[in-house]
Amino acid sequence: MSFDLNFIGILIGAIMASSVPLILAASGELITERSGVLNLGVEGMMIIGAISGFALMVISDNLFLAVIGSMTSGLIISIIFGVLTQSLLTNHVATGLALTIFGIGMSAMIGKNFVGIPGKEFPLLFVNLKENIPFLGPILFGHSVILYFAFLLPFLTNYFLKKTKIGLIIRAVGDSPTSASNQGINVILVRYSCILYGGAMCGLAGAYLSLIYTPQWIENMTGGRGWIALALVVFATWSPIKVLIGALIFGGITISQLHMQAVGLRIPVQLLSALPYIMTIIVLVVISRDSRKIKLNTPTSLGQIFYKEK
Amino acid sequence: MIKIEKRNDVSPSIYFLTPILAIFLTLFGGGIIFFVLGFNPLEALKFFFITPISDLYGFSELLVKATPLCLIAIGLSFCFKSNNWNIGAEGQLIFGGIVGGGVALLFYGHDGFYVLPIIILAGAIGGMIFAMIPAVLKTYFNTNEILVSLMLVYVAKLLLDYLVVGPWSNPEGFNFPETRQFSESARMPTLFDGLRIHAGIFITLITVFLSWLILYKTYLGFQIKVSGLSLKTAKYAGYKGKTMIIIVFMISGACAGLAGVGEITGPIGQLHRNISPDYGFTAIIVAFLGRLNPVGIIFASLIVALTYLGAETAQIFLQVPKYTGQVFQGMILFFLLGSDYLLFFKIKFLGLKKNEL
Repeated sequence: MSFDLNFIGILIGAIMASSVPLILAASGELITERSGVLNLGVEGMMIIGAISGFALMVISDNLFLAVIGSMTSGLIISIIFGVLTQSLLTNHVATGLALTIFGIGMSAMIGKNFVGIPGKEFPLLFVNLKENIPFLGPILFGHSVILYFAFLLPFLTNYFLKKTKIGLIIRAVGDSPTSASNQGINVILVRYSCILYGGAMCGLAGAYLSLIYTPQWIENMTGGRGWIALALVVFATWSPIKVLIGALIFGGITISQLHMQAVGLRIPVQLLSALPYIMTIIVLVVISRDSRKIKLNTPTSLGQIFYKEK
Repeated sequence: MIKIEKRNDVSPSIYFLTPILAIFLTLFGGGIIFFVLGFNPLEALKFFFITPISDLYGFSELLVKATPLCLIAIGLSFCFKSNNWNIGAEGQLIFGGIVGGGVALLFYGHDGFYVLPIIILAGAIGGMIFAMIPAVLKTYFNTNEILVSLMLVYVAKLLLDYLVVGPWSNPEGFNFPETRQFSESARMPTLFDGLRIHAGIFITLITVFLSWLILYKTYLGFQIKVSGLSLKTAKYAGYKGKTMIIIVFMISGACAGLAGVGEITGPIGQLHRNISPDYGFTAIIVAFLGRLNPVGIIFASLIVALTYLGAETAQIFLQVPKYTGQVFQGMILFFLLGSDYLLFFKIKFLGLKKNEL
């Protein structure tokens, strides 16, 4: 019996690990969207974070530098989006798509010389506790520091948005940029900051993939996780805690389809691999059906261009 | 001293000049990237944009690549004009290819003039049906069409993978992930010996003409444009918004499906895992670069097709990855969107006046 329990514990640990990039990227995007900006470039920013983290790790042999570097490069590439949408007033959807296409191309160009290089072992915390405590051990211990941060982040984000003054300002900007502007808030500055924060978090999500989850560089290795993170924000109706729940559900689907493949069920591999995407659609339909509920939480000015007459 | 003023109306000449400005800025940006990577920028750009079309074969390849891009972009222009964000054309292309390819396999060994038209029709219907999923979910369940159409791209890719590995794989193919080569009757005729340019280009040109007719000469086209400009006005005028969403998605899905079937019956001749090098995504850029205008899209598709060929040439001569094309495509869209600022604002360079000193 204890063996079975331990196995379930390991399974839950694996689900948690696979949900980390989703939590990080979706929490970042959530702040961006709360300020009224729809950045569809999540996938592009993630993949840039993944390659810069990996490249820095190979060059400097320093994991700390690699993680900081991946966040910085996510942030830098999101500046492009910021300048275009906030200063040059471009359409958010088209600009975000361009960012994703550009990011995927750019990452492959940078990553050309890093294909096939093995990754470095990322330090895991409390490894001995993981092995000594059945069931709870593999769930609570033996993870990277980024995983612990990711599971804390939704709570921090929730507190930040609801209880702090800056959080209130962000929500005000997202719900009514004109009134916020009339109150003397610099709408563009707030939105710039939220875009850059989102970029940094997506960069970190990418680094988690290339440094910890599958420690190597593969072209296009984010494999649509950025888009699932975007869907998660809608799924969570812009509430950080629900992002955590949603990410765990998707992590669960991913891990269980991998296990079903390993067990050798007579279901085509491709159908199992398609499950996370099909589930995303089904969940979106269920959530969006009640348009009142969606409208209640959607940042009112989401995706709209703000221009202040001088 | 620089002064920025809001324009009262958009000047038509600037409207079509900014795409050209965007292309020049992209060349400049690309030159910088090549320089940073340690190449001679002028030589690299020459490999990218001139070498590929310096002979007849290259020019034919340009048209082969522009054919699907133009077709998909024309379809997308219907969606984008009416503010419907169909970004899953890649999935619709693949699904059209699957349905068309399935019919082609069904007719394996058949001769007859009727085979190819049936396959083409099947492909268009396949793409159309696949595009109706996000449209119906958007109209009846209020679901975000961006995310649904995108998720369906992955589903279509996996379905294609399943079919070519499993039930549809070539029985004599030594387990390669591909179907049989289609019969001659199921192939798009080529126009010249030794060149890959095929009759699909006529489908594209006819579609361009028809869409110009629909967009600019019919009531439906008028409705589409009005709802794109103002949803409130459209509602006030009593247009059936839901029906229109479904129609624009059907048109754009059919175009993507046609592009898919054109690829598999044209240059490819069978189904395998990679029937499209992301044409469906790149066509989004083509649609914007062409200003959602049928004629503009023709020119835009030629320019963007060149980035595909350029990436292939540069891959051979400079050993850069084929994804380099995407860097250029992303940049074109960045610069295009950015230079749209000039549409709405005038930038005046003024000398310092005395009272300001």
